This record gives sequence, structure tokens and C-alpha cells, in this order.
Amino acid sequence: MPPLLEARHLRKVFRSGGQRFGPSTETIAVSDFSLSIDADRPSFTTIAGESGSGKTTIARMLLGVLNPSAGEVRYEGRNVHDLLKEERQQFRKDVQAIFQDPFEVYNPFYKIDHILTTPVRKFGLAASKADAYDKIREALRAVGLRPEETLGRYPHQLSGGQRQRITIARALLLKPKLIIADEPVSMVDASLRATILSTLHALYRNFGISFIYITHDLTTAYQVSENIVILFHGAVAEAGHTEKVIKDPQHPYTRELIHSIPVPEPGREWIDEAVEEKEVVDIEAIEAEEMATGCRYVLRCPQAMAQCAAAPPFYRPEAERAVACFLHAESPVLESGDLKEVFSAAADAQK
Amino acid sequence: MSRADKEGFGELSRDVLLDIRGLEVHFETRRGIARAVNKVDLTLYKGERFGLVGESGSGKTTLILALLRMIKTPGLIAGGSAILDDGTDLIQLNREQVRQARLKRVAMVPQGAMNSLNPVMRIGDQLMLTMREHATDQPPPKAAQMELAIELLDKVGLKPEVARLYPHELSGGMKQRACIAQAISLNPQLILADEPTSALDVVVQRQIMQTLRQLQHQLNATVLLVGHDMGLMAQFAERVGIMYGGKLVEVGRVEEIFHNPQHPYTQLLISSIPSFETKGEFKGIPGVGLSLLEPPSGCLFHPRCPQAMPQCSQRAPTLQMVAPDHLASCLLHEEDADAPAS
Repeated sequence: MPPLLEARHLRKVFRSGGQRFGPSTETIAVSDFSLSIDADRPSFTTIAGESGSGKTTIARMLLGVLNPSAGEVRYEGRNVHDLLKEERQQFRKDVQAIFQDPFEVYNPFYKIDHILTTPVRKFGLAASKADAYDKIREALRAVGLRPEETLGRYPHQLSGGQRQRITIARALLLKPKLIIADEPVSMVDASLRATILSTLHALYRNFGISFIYITHDLTTAYQVSENIVILFHGAVAEAGHTEKVIKDPQHPYTRELIHSIPVPEPGREWIDEAVEEKEVVDIEAIEAEEMATGCRYVLRCPQAMAQCAAAPPFYRPEAERAVACFLHAESPVLESGDLKEVFSAAADAQK
Repeated sequence: MSRADKEGFGELSRDVLLDIRGLEVHFETRRGIARAVNKVDLTLYKGERFGLVGESGSGKTTLILALLRMIKTPGLIAGGSAILDDGTDLIQLNREQVRQARLKRVAMVPQGAMNSLNPVMRIGDQLMLTMREHATDQPPPKAAQMELAIELLDKVGLKPEVARLYPHELSGGMKQRACIAQAISLNPQLILADEPTSALDVVVQRQIMQTLRQLQHQLNATVLLVGHDMGLMAQFAERVGIMYGGKLVEVGRVEEIFHNPQHPYTQLLISSIPSFETKGEFKGIPGVGLSLLEPPSGCLFHPRCPQAMPQCSQRAPTLQMVAPDHLASCLLHEEDADAPAS
């Protein structure tokens, strides 16, 4: 059986400028990304990275709204851009998206009911209006909202947290197999984040829905996800079982990233008193980092070596982890590049 | 530097820098008055790092805008005082006095550094402009100004070349450093930092906070850091204040606030912080944030409070001393509190 959704060597290059404004420049947003999501085995995967690391670009390619420059996204074995009408309809139902901003996804002139009844109608999910509302109420309750306090209201009458939960309820209505959530809690207050994340986690546990959770926040990623992919400038630096990657990072970039997170525990000496180095204004160096053909982290890496001028493959120092760094060159190489192999090994080890 | 000083666990300074009493900021709307800052009392000491925490809409940003006298209509400062150590009341200053106080006495590091710099002016020129505009006495000659600008850039970890660049040529972290250079240009005693790193990546965030920490130490300035990232507060602040619905509900040393919170809201806030120690545990704060236009009676938090008592909806609590250097505003502590808040 083919995987539900499969990313095969995805690459995205954005071009800008050109013509009369001088030579065009290329930005490699995503260099090579492969991951498949199985239909029969639900998984919760985080794609984490800083701004500009390509995490949203990957999400948009997976949703089929952005064409990759190379590689393809396959839904049940077929390229998402070659789907027949019924297959596309099925794809749009099986793979749902939750976006970052719970304020922008609503039309302010329509009541909340509109965003919930539209998918029911478009996908013919209910036999009657009463049946439709039963399903909507059920979905709202599943995300912890009271239907009587939600339906019939306008978006501006609800808080950001409530609105974001309604978008989750909308996704849930379609009984999807995979939900791609792009920074779903970054615009909600800290006190509500936990509630929304626990809703997502409950959908994964209770309904067997797979998740791809896209975030820059490693603490929430650690809380909810089984597997994690750490991106740096469009390339995967490290991927594997969340517990292992966060607690014992192996890629120098992952180490720097985790070391930089301020822990909510006073007196941890997060700020060291040593005099820091001057920040260099070297536009060329910054561009060189973006253009680098080898390891993208080489210019910042404290452990850079001569061989880092070439792009490192994924090494597997252990079954549940892949690290794109030559420091692990004695470990076996992940030939396919598909991170699913690593994640399944992690899932097997957990059993 | 002693170890105690380094960890921020040493003796706090007892020299008062700024004494805020009964500060009120109102926003007048068609549906009534929103009390964004509701009778806040807060004392800041010389050379301390104070963290002010709250959800969006809790009034933390409005409070620091009031101190800088940057509240615009329909908002207005409805009452209270903010008295500096020399007796100057920031709230009573006239236009000219405000101009002289800004940067020289009170400076601000803004949230979105990318929007705070003039896009058509070189960084060095912007630094020189602030020096001229806010200097109380005769500004130094131009060559000396440039030297000062370069010295400022050096202090925040930027090379002299940056003076010749325009904001769009800098990265986000470098822009924030340039804003810090501007804020410290006239050696202020009080630096108000409004979520200075919320738009930056964590790696850059750590570098910027390190720079701010070093400068605060060098200038012996007081930093009031506003934000909602509890991790950042734990690592940067010596004392922390928690705001809810325009009121200060708890103030204490950072380790007291994290390990021994007294207000139910603070307790929920601390237990809802995600960390690498609590996998798969999700604790939020029940209920929805309050509406400032229709605030509940009595204690503002009582509709969401798990420990609410009948009297909570009738009587509003005031800040009471619950332990040395630790104030909380909750009726749970009012019966047994002997000493009223100073």
C-alpha cells in the first residue's frame, strides 16, 4: 500500500530580481526533503526551524498549493498535481491544514456557522441540515468548545483561542487522515497554548489522525510530538525521536539551538558573562551562507572541517536518528533519505 | 563580579529609582472606559532588572508607554504619579521637560526593531540625531558626535562600518542592537524594554539579551523588561511583577515567583509553562481573558480562579506583603496579612 502522503526529494528555489534590476538571485528555500506519512500508522511529526528555514515552504508543497522546483509530493502513490477530479476531492478531504493566524482565516461578515457548514456542503457530509448541525456540534465538543456559545456568533465576538479551536473543529469535521498545522499556537496567549496543543494531541491519540506540526518553538514541539525534524536554511540538520533529539542533540546546530532556549528556571546561567564577539557586517558572508552548496551551517559551526564544503548525507548513529553532519561519518548512511525510516525505527523502539 | 551578583541572587539595591503610585491609564470608547492600567503601585530600585509579565491586554505595554508619556488619544493618563529619585514626577512633566527626560533619564528599546529605525537614514546619522535632539545642554561638535556614535555601536557589539549602513542592510538582530545603541546613547538610568526579542530567533535572542545584560551592568541602569516569555524572565530578571487586567497581582523575587507563587493566577501561569521536563502534560488556565469594558466585580480573576471564594466577587483585594520582598493581591492572603503594603 502506498503511503498516504509522500514527499520525494522536494526542492524549492525562489528567484527574485533579474531583467532591468540587475542579475537575478536564487534563494534555496528547501534543498532536499523526503518524508512519507503512512495511512495505517498515525504519527505526530514536528518540523522545527527558525524563520527562513523553509518550514512553511515544505508545508505549502505538502498541501499541493506550491509547486516544488524538483521532486514531487505523492498522495496515495500519485503526484498531487496529476490527481483526477475525484482523487483531488479525496485529497482535499484527507489532508487538512490549520494556519497560524486565527484572525485572518475568517470572513468577518459571516457567522462562525459559515466556516463550518461550507465544508459539510462541499463534501456532502450530511444528509440534512439537522444532521449537518449534529456533526458540527460534535466536532466543536471534540475541540473543547460549547456549541451554544459558539454557533450563531461572529468572529469578532470570539477570542483568538476560541477561533483557533474552531479552525481545528473545521478540519476535524472532514475526518481527515493528516492535519498539517503551521504554527497553530504562535498567535495565542501562553495560557491558552497548552489547551490548544492538548486538543491536537487528543485528536492524534483518540482519532488516529496523523499530524505535521510546524513550529519554531522547541518546547511545545517536545510536549506534543513523537518525531522531530530540525531544519536549517532549507536543509534537514537532524531528525529523529523527539526525546532523543532534544535531550541529546547530535548536530552542532541543534546543540546551539537548544542551548539558546531560555529555560523557565531561575539561576541556570543562560546568559554567560564572557565578552561576546562583534557581530560582523559581512553581507557577502551572509549571502555565501544562503548560497552554500555544502553544509549550510559551515560558516557558523564551531566544529567545521574541510569536508563540510560538500553537502553531508544523513548518517544514522542510531536507528532512531539521522544527522546530516560529517562528525558522524563512521555511522551508516540513510540511503533513501526518507526520514520515515528513522521515525518507524523510533516507533518500534517505543513498543 | 561576585557569584551572588552574577546569579542575581545577591542583595537587592534599596535605593529607589522610580516610585509609581496609583498609576491609571484609561481608554475612552463608545462602550465605556477601559481601564488598561488600573491603579498600579510599583517601586523600581537602582540597577535592578525587573520583569513585567502578563497576557496580551493585561496593560504591561500601556504601563511603560505611560512612563514615557507616549499615551495617545483616546487613551489618557487618568491619575497617579511616577517619581524619579530626584523628585521629578514623569506624569507631571510638560512637553519640553518630556523631551529632555526621554533618553537622558528614561529610554525605550522597542519591540519591532525593524519598524523603529528610519529606513532612509544611515544608522550613524540616526544615532547622532537622537544625541542632538534629546541633549539638554549644547550638543558636542559633529566629529565628536560621530565618534560617540561609533563608540555606542561598539558597546552593543556592532562594528564601526554599521554607522554607514541603512537599516535594510542589517539583519534583525543587528537592527535590534542598533536600537539598543540608540536607547543607551545618553546614559539613561531606566531602560524600558518591550519584548525586545519577540521577533527574533532564539539564537539571536540569547545574544541580544546578553548584550542588554552587560550594558545594564556597565551603566548600572535599571531595566524594566516587559514580555510574556516566562523562560526569558527567569533568565534575565531579578524581580518579577505579574499583571492581570490592568492590575499588578503579584511582585516578588524571581525565584520566589517561580518556586513559591502566592496568587492563584501566578500559580496557574507557572504551571502552564511548557518545559523539557514535562512531556505530554498540558496545563492551561481555564476560562477566557477578561473584557476591560465589562470587568467582573471584586477580584478581576475570580471568574477563572479555581480557589475563588464567595467574597471574591464582592471585594477587590489589594497588594499585601505575604513574605519579605513578596507582595500578592488576593483575598486568600488578606486575613492573615499583618503588614499592609508599603
